[in-house]
Order: sequence, then C-alpha cells, then structure tokens
Amino acid sequence: MTDARPLADRAALARIARRRRGEAAFRTASMAAVVAAVAMLGWLLVTLVGSGATAFYQHVITLDVALDPSKLDPTGARDPAELQKASFRPILQSAIYGRFPEATGRDERRELFALISVAGATDRLRRMVRDDPALVGTTVRITAPVSDVVDQLLKGRIDRKVDATLRPVSDRQIAWIDALRASGEIKARFNATFFTATDSRDPELAGIASAVVGSAMALAVALMLAAPIGIAAALYLEEFAPKNRITDIIEININNLAAVPSIVFGLLGLAVFLSFFGLPRSAPLVGGFVLALMTLPTIIIAARSALAAVPPSIAAAALSVGASPVQAVFHHKLPLAAPGILTGVIIGMARALGETAPLLMIGMVAFVTEIPSSLTEPASALPVQIFLWSDSPERAWAERASAAILVLLIVLGAMNAAAIFLRQRLEKRW
Amino acid sequence: MVNDTALKLDVGRKFSEAAAVGGAVIDLAAAKAEEKAKFVCRGVRVHYGAKEALHGVDMDVPDAGVTALIGPSGCGKSTFLRVFNRMNDTIPGARVSGSVLMDGADIYAKGVDPVLLRARVGMVFQKPNPFPKSIYENVAYGPRIHGLAASRGELDAIVEGSLKKAALWEEVKDRLKEPGTGLSGGQQQRLVIARAIAVRPEVILMDEPASALDPIATARLEELIDELRKNYCIIIVTHSMAQAARVSQKTAFFHLGDLVEFGDTRAIFTNPKDQRTQDYITGRTG
Repeated sequence: MTDARPLADRAALARIARRRRGEAAFRTASMAAVVAAVAMLGWLLVTLVGSGATAFYQHVITLDVALDPSKLDPTGARDPAELQKASFRPILQSAIYGRFPEATGRDERRELFALISVAGATDRLRRMVRDDPALVGTTVRITAPVSDVVDQLLKGRIDRKVDATLRPVSDRQIAWIDALRASGEIKARFNATFFTATDSRDPELAGIASAVVGSAMALAVALMLAAPIGIAAALYLEEFAPKNRITDIIEININNLAAVPSIVFGLLGLAVFLSFFGLPRSAPLVGGFVLALMTLPTIIIAARSALAAVPPSIAAAALSVGASPVQAVFHHKLPLAAPGILTGVIIGMARALGETAPLLMIGMVAFVTEIPSSLTEPASALPVQIFLWSDSPERAWAERASAAILVLLIVLGAMNAAAIFLRQRLEKRW
Repeated sequence: MVNDTALKLDVGRKFSEAAAVGGAVIDLAAAKAEEKAKFVCRGVRVHYGAKEALHGVDMDVPDAGVTALIGPSGCGKSTFLRVFNRMNDTIPGARVSGSVLMDGADIYAKGVDPVLLRARVGMVFQKPNPFPKSIYENVAYGPRIHGLAASRGELDAIVEGSLKKAALWEEVKDRLKEPGTGLSGGQQQRLVIARAIAVRPEVILMDEPASALDPIATARLEELIDELRKNYCIIIVTHSMAQAARVSQKTAFFHLGDLVEFGDTRAIFTNPKDQRTQDYITGRTG
C-alpha cells in the first residue's frame, strides 16, 4: 500500500476554507436581507389587517319608532314635500327614551341619545316615509347604525377599565350598551355601507364608493391616454427614429421624467389643465390627465425594453423575405413584445392608482358626498380618501382608513397578479 | 400562379430600365460582356461608421451554381453577402459604396426599394430563425405580404410546393399548424429555406447555414443546397472549407476586407495562386 498523495497542500486548503467562510457569510447576509424585507412587509400587513379588518362589520341597533303624526305632520295634510322637511329627531328621541324609561335627567337622556347614529337613523326614517307616507301614525321597526363610539367599544377598541373621565363613553352608557347587546337589539352586521356609501361626517355612515368611482374614472382616462401615446412613442423611438443627438436627449429626458416626484406632475396639471385650459377642479377627467402624464414615462420605458427584448433575428427574418420595416415591426416585433408592454401598462396603472400627491394639487381632495356620474363632476380618489380619513382623530376613522388601504392593496395586488398572469400566459418562448 | 410569375418578371424588367435611365450605363455594358453573371460588383466598399470593413471588391457572381465565400472570422465575407440583398441598410451606421448590378440593374440606384429586391434575393441566416408561429404561417408570410396568392387554395399550394422544394414536406405535412420553433435545428433551417423559396426568389443567400447544425443535419442541408442550385443562384458563406469544397462550384477567399482570390472551387483548393489562400486552406492561418 502506497501513501496517497494529498489532493491539495496546506496553503491551498487554508485558501479554500477562507473562501468558503466568505461565501457562507455572504449567503447568510443575503438571506437576512430577504427575511428582514419579508418581516417588514408582514408587519405592515398584520398591522393593517389588525386595525382595518373590523371596519368590514358594523354594529346596528334595532328600534321601534312611533311615527307620531303630531310631530311629523302637524297640519295633517300628508304633503310629501312637507314630510321630508319635518324633523325626525324628536320621534327618534322618544323611541330611545321609551326603551330606557329610567333615564330621566337631562344629561342621562343626552348620553342615551348619543348611542345611536342620529344622521343614519333619521335618514332611514325619512326615506321610509318618503317611500310610503301612509306609515305616518304607525310604529315602524328600524335598524340603524350605532354611533361610532359605541361601535368602537363593542369592537374592543375602547378600554372599559380606563377611568370614566378618560374614555369617550360613560359607565351609564356602557350599562345600556351591554343591556342592548344582551337582548340582541344591538348586533354586528356586515358593513355594506362601507362599500356603497360616500364620504360622510359620521364614520359609521362613511364609505368608499365615491372614491372608488372617482379612482376608476381617473384611471380609465389615464389608461386611454397613456397606453396609446406611450406605446406609439416607444415604437417610434425604438424602431423608427434615427439614432442621433436629438433622440438621445429625448431618451435621457424620458428616463428623467420617470424619476420626477409625482407632485410635480400635479403642479403641472394645476398650471396647464386648470389655470390655462380652465378645466373643472376636482374632476376625474383632469385627474386622469395628470396620472397619464405621470405614467407615460413608465409605459414608454417598459414598452421600449419589451421591444428591445425581441430577438433581432426575428426582424431580420421578416426583412429578408421582403417585409418593409413597418411590416416587420407590426407583424412580428409588436405581437412578440405585447406581453411585456401589457405588463408595463398594468404596472404603470397600478402606480397611478396609488398616487395621492398629484391629485391633491388638482383638487381631488374634496369632501365628496355624491357618487360622480360624469368625468367632470367633483370626485375623490381612493388614496386621497385614505389621506383624508387618516387625518381625523377619532378611532373609527383610523379603522376605516386602514380598511380602505386594505381595499386599495387588494386591488393593486389583483392588478399585479393580472400582469404576471398575462405575461406568463402570452409570452412566446423560442 | 403563371400570372404571378409574369408579374414578377415584369417588376424585374422595370428594375433594369430604372437603372439604365439612372446612370449606371457604363457598368451595364460591362455586364453585357459577362453574359452569365447574376451580380456584377465593382469597387464595393462597406463602412461601419468610420471603419471600412470591405476595401473595394470586384467580383462577378455566376448565375448558375453555388458560390462559396470563405475566409477567417472578421474578413468581411458576411458583410459582402449582405450587400446582395441590402441587409446592410438595416444596420445603423453602415454605408455601401461602389456598384452592384443584378442582371445589369444597379440595386443601389436611387428609387430601388430594398423590399422588392429582397423578394428576389432571399436569405438564410446562421441561426435558424423561424417566426414563433405555425409552420404554415412561417412559409405563408412572404407570399401573403407580397400578394402572391389570390386565394387560400393558391396559398396552400405555394406552402406545399415550397416545403417540398426545401425537402421538409414529408416531415411536417401532418403538423402544419404546430409552431415552427418546435422543429429540430436542421428542420428549422429547412423551414427557413422554404420560407425564402415561397416568395420565388432568383437568388438565395446563406450565411453559415450549417454552423448551428449537427453533422447529419448538415449533410441533409448540403444535399438540399445541391438540389436547389439547379433552380437558384446560391451564394453561401461558410467557415468550413470542406463544406465549401463539397457544395460550391466557385469559391471566393476573403482576407481582412479584401477579396484575395476568386475562381473555380477545384482550382482554389488544389492550386491556389495567392500565398494567403494557400496558408488558409492548409490551416496555417485562420
């Protein structure tokens, strides 16, 4: 048996060991970076869901309200117009006072009445009477939201153990709430209002409908403008423009534009669309214009890189059988670049959907209580609505802002998922 | 089909007339003298930006048979090949000077549309580059954009005929709808040849067509080239001297942008006149 010659000498082994240590350290560091990123994202999501998920249900109170004709319709004429002008507040007061007859003091009664969302309940009563004036004189059962403070208490967001002077609900109110909850008169229900209602002064009546419609309108305008213009510009620059100083400058500036803070586009929109062209303020039309300006560079850059990624051999093949350069582009390069272009457009639109700053500048930050029905009516947008709500101090607003963020994130996630799906589905491999 | 051919010949004639009026009259006379030349090149120079890649090439490419362009990498043989269908035009910064007559007409004359030229001078590339479409669509694309088929039936006939001429029909006739990119490398290269044939060219340029193929596919391709030379003027760039010797009747040796030697393939390989040719062929340079 002979001695086997060692594979490497001592120095080489030491070198190898040092190299391995370095590589292992690098791998650990990069993994730690990923873990940190995922952890931060997870934290964000957990916080949002924790604070926003409860906004998707809402506590409501069931009350029997006597529609007293002497209060609603003193003249007895049952004139629908007069009935609409009547104050429903007193009959609502009577109803809740009747439920707890032991509350007689002025302060007690005020606290008792504060349990109900007054605007929500009177609005419901008014609509019932409008739809059927014959109801006056009868007793109706209504389901109305409780006030935001009651809702927050029942959701556990107000600490009952804190001293009564430091919390927005008194001990008396807590006793009433618990009694109503125990009897089933207050119960939790899916908060449809959040999706169907517009902005409101009362958090329990506020919803994202006008913001969603405003965002959708602005986005549609932006898509209609930015996609064709962006793709056409990319086609020209990538395929047909002569490569010279001027096109170089244009290219550099497009890349610069992509990095311009979005609020600058808002200022531009304010100066050009509102001041110069005199378009209406707060309108989704103008919002769309501004978002289109903002997304154009993104779309141009994405479309150009998608076109550049098509192998030159395909264009050469088309040219070699006698296709004109335009035919080569439209018959071959553009269809092959389409998935990439589409992805760029969707991602650009997703970015536009999340933009707040440029919309603030053109006045899409208004308190809008009607769902806009045309492009020139005042509207809000989802991110702006979030911004507005997060500005209010009440807990119920924070909850709703988080819920609106969740809705926005879900929509953004869906758009990005669609981009990935389309890319994988349509991409041709060769 | 007959009408189409007549139409194309007519287009060719218009070409010649345009050139004759255009001012290439002197070279036209020279072209007459060499009756069988398909291309007459005089002082062809190609610049890429400031760099001159071809330093004035004079060469008469015969109408019949296969002409091979050989030489070491970077010698300008591929650049010269792309002169014949004006593919250099598509490279930014490339400039061609000198005169190139095809059937006596200057293909670089003003008013000549490269698109029409490329319908008469087809090309096959180094790497097979079928469109990522069906086999049928690959072949039908050329005839379609040139309006060569009046009906679906005519188009079908053109596709079938082209695939048969490219010796691919038997292998693909049952799967014309399948993507061309799913074929093997050798089949793809024959599909590309069928695509070129489908627009009824007179000349087929081949730029190292076998360099990405295995020996068996190469042998099939060479068989096909031997078959095609009966109907087409073929100019082939190749790295393989053995291939040049096997498939070509004429060979041109390029070195550093110059045409060093041009003559019958047999003569070039057995009795080169230039020392550089001899060195390359015997493997001393290259």
